Amino acid sequence: MNPLGEKYLRKDFLPFLFCPGCGDGMIVQAFLQAVDDLGCVDDLALTAGIGCSAWIGVYMHVDILKVLHGRAIPAAIGIKATNPSRKVVTFTGDGDCLAIGGNHLLHAARRNIDMTVVMVNNQIYAMTGGQVAPSTAVGSKTQTTPYGNLERQLNGCKVAIAAGATMVSRWSTAHPKQLIKTFKKALNHKGFSFIEIMSQCPVQTGRYLLGSGSPQFNFQWLKDHCMKEEDPSKWAEIEAQGNIPVGDFLQVEQPEFMAEVARMNQRVKEAQAKGGDR
Amino acid sequence: MKKGRIKVMLGNEACVEAALLAGCRFYGGYPITPATEILEIMSRRLPLVDGLCLQMEDEIAALVAVVGASWGGTKAMTATSGPGFCLMQEAIGLAVAVEAPCVIVNVQRGGPASGQSTSTAQGDFYQARYGSNGDYSLIVLCPSTAQEMFDHTIKAFNLSERFRIPVIILSDEVVGHIREKVFIPDADQLTFVERKVPTVPMEEFVIFKPEENGVPLMPTFNTGYKSPVISQAKSLNGNRGNAKEAVENIRRIVSKIEDHMDEFAEVQVYGDEKAETAFVTFGSVCRAARSAVDMGKEKGLAIRSVEVKTVWPFPDHLVRRALAGAKRIVVAEMNLGMLQREIERVIRQPEIKIELFSKIGGIYPQPQEFLRFLEEKR
Repeated sequence: MNPLGEKYLRKDFLPFLFCPGCGDGMIVQAFLQAVDDLGCVDDLALTAGIGCSAWIGVYMHVDILKVLHGRAIPAAIGIKATNPSRKVVTFTGDGDCLAIGGNHLLHAARRNIDMTVVMVNNQIYAMTGGQVAPSTAVGSKTQTTPYGNLERQLNGCKVAIAAGATMVSRWSTAHPKQLIKTFKKALNHKGFSFIEIMSQCPVQTGRYLLGSGSPQFNFQWLKDHCMKEEDPSKWAEIEAQGNIPVGDFLQVEQPEFMAEVARMNQRVKEAQAKGGDR
Repeated sequence: MKKGRIKVMLGNEACVEAALLAGCRFYGGYPITPATEILEIMSRRLPLVDGLCLQMEDEIAALVAVVGASWGGTKAMTATSGPGFCLMQEAIGLAVAVEAPCVIVNVQRGGPASGQSTSTAQGDFYQARYGSNGDYSLIVLCPSTAQEMFDHTIKAFNLSERFRIPVIILSDEVVGHIREKVFIPDADQLTFVERKVPTVPMEEFVIFKPEENGVPLMPTFNTGYKSPVISQAKSLNGNRGNAKEAVENIRRIVSKIEDHMDEFAEVQVYGDEKAETAFVTFGSVCRAARSAVDMGKEKGLAIRSVEVKTVWPFPDHLVRRALAGAKRIVVAEMNLGMLQREIERVIRQPEIKIELFSKIGGIYPQPQEFLRFLEEKR
């Protein structure tokens, strides 16, 4: 076994439930490499919702609360709120995060609460058998858009930026080195970080949307379509060609929510001790 | 006589007072009439005790955050009313499945849907018990006074920690908004229950293996136990379970409560315990029924009023005992007959018809109406 796996996986939970060729195992490896480099495994608290990517954290030997479909982010907020020293990371998918859990994403980003959302985007509802997702391209034929998808795609990174996330990156499973670096940056970022990972799903996306169920084909598809471009003014052109901009898009410092809570609590307690107005 | 102080309080305010005394340090909420005061007062009070009150984006997020805070190691609660309670149903099931102690207050208002936001009702009687999916059990307490809002909140936290379950306080607009005397005992006069945490080394700990009382020990996150907590049917070690393991898990999370009902089930009788005429009530309706019993007594009518304080799991045995010898049973409630169904199930005597005195539309029953009902329907 890979030494990282030896060190950090729950061996009694194996084998993975991921299909052959799935990108989720690569994300497990990149994340564990980042955690190992930082030596922060004891500080980790993970949450997840429902979907293939929600199982990523379950195989890691760390504290994890896997909740309902779409609800990983509020669960993470509750965990973070009770002990801000935790490094809270949510593993979620495009359906989990952008459809059923979309509202939670907006408000967690707006609060700039110190947590990391890792959204694995395979452009489809894979676990339920290949239905259209908010991330599915227009025209795609899926199990629930047999005559072609009429709805435009929702761009998770743009949503996160607009909602106030203070760190936003997008990479793919074909960018393991960049992914490890970005994970480390996010784990140390004091604020809300959003990482989108374009990932291959040969079984659903490959077969129904891209025309091949071969893992190699699907991995190559990511390599061919993910273009590094960190300047948002150039995204439209890349996207118009059917390609996907990747890179570290944003990192800014803003007041972090839990730190502000601590300051507020201190302030009101001092005011109360003096008997003054809060 | 316990030491403490007396204060005139809103029912909702008494709930907050008790929650803070019980050690609640996280509140996730969303504004909704007639429960909003609980959120408002929490947002003032929690910062003063290093707690956190978060107004979430909806009631779904509110209760899910409470479940997260619970596994984070904190006593946590939320409060809502009908429409918000609907949104919370999925997370009630979640709290049951991941065995997260927490308290949920439902200050009932008129339904269905948006219904009557400022009016009282008791239409969530069955929703409080059966609203989430699958087989499960939980405890539902029904206060009828501001004092009981206080007492039941303390009890709710204690039971939630004891059984590792969500405990629901099924209040209503009248109880939430009544302003009356509340006796607040000093903290050292009260008993507080805390969840049992594991002390064995991580390697020896099996996360969902129950103790003798059916409840597993609960490690706090980031204390070295590296807990896998999933909402799926699970095996004892926390992994996805097979059918046999799922069966065992479901049976355990039900029996851990229902095998120990004598620890918490409560039915009170007001008035003449041997009276042939009996009212059966819960929540705020107990108040009017008591007045009716007193007024009846002045007129020479012997009446008992049976008050079901813990409506779920339904205390069949205690209700049967409280109604023993009654020849005429009138269930009084602010819905179209929900408690009535339970009484019909429990009292199976063909000669006794379980009558219903029902008030809906946000109109609280007057004591005189109880007596008029007894006369007119005879």
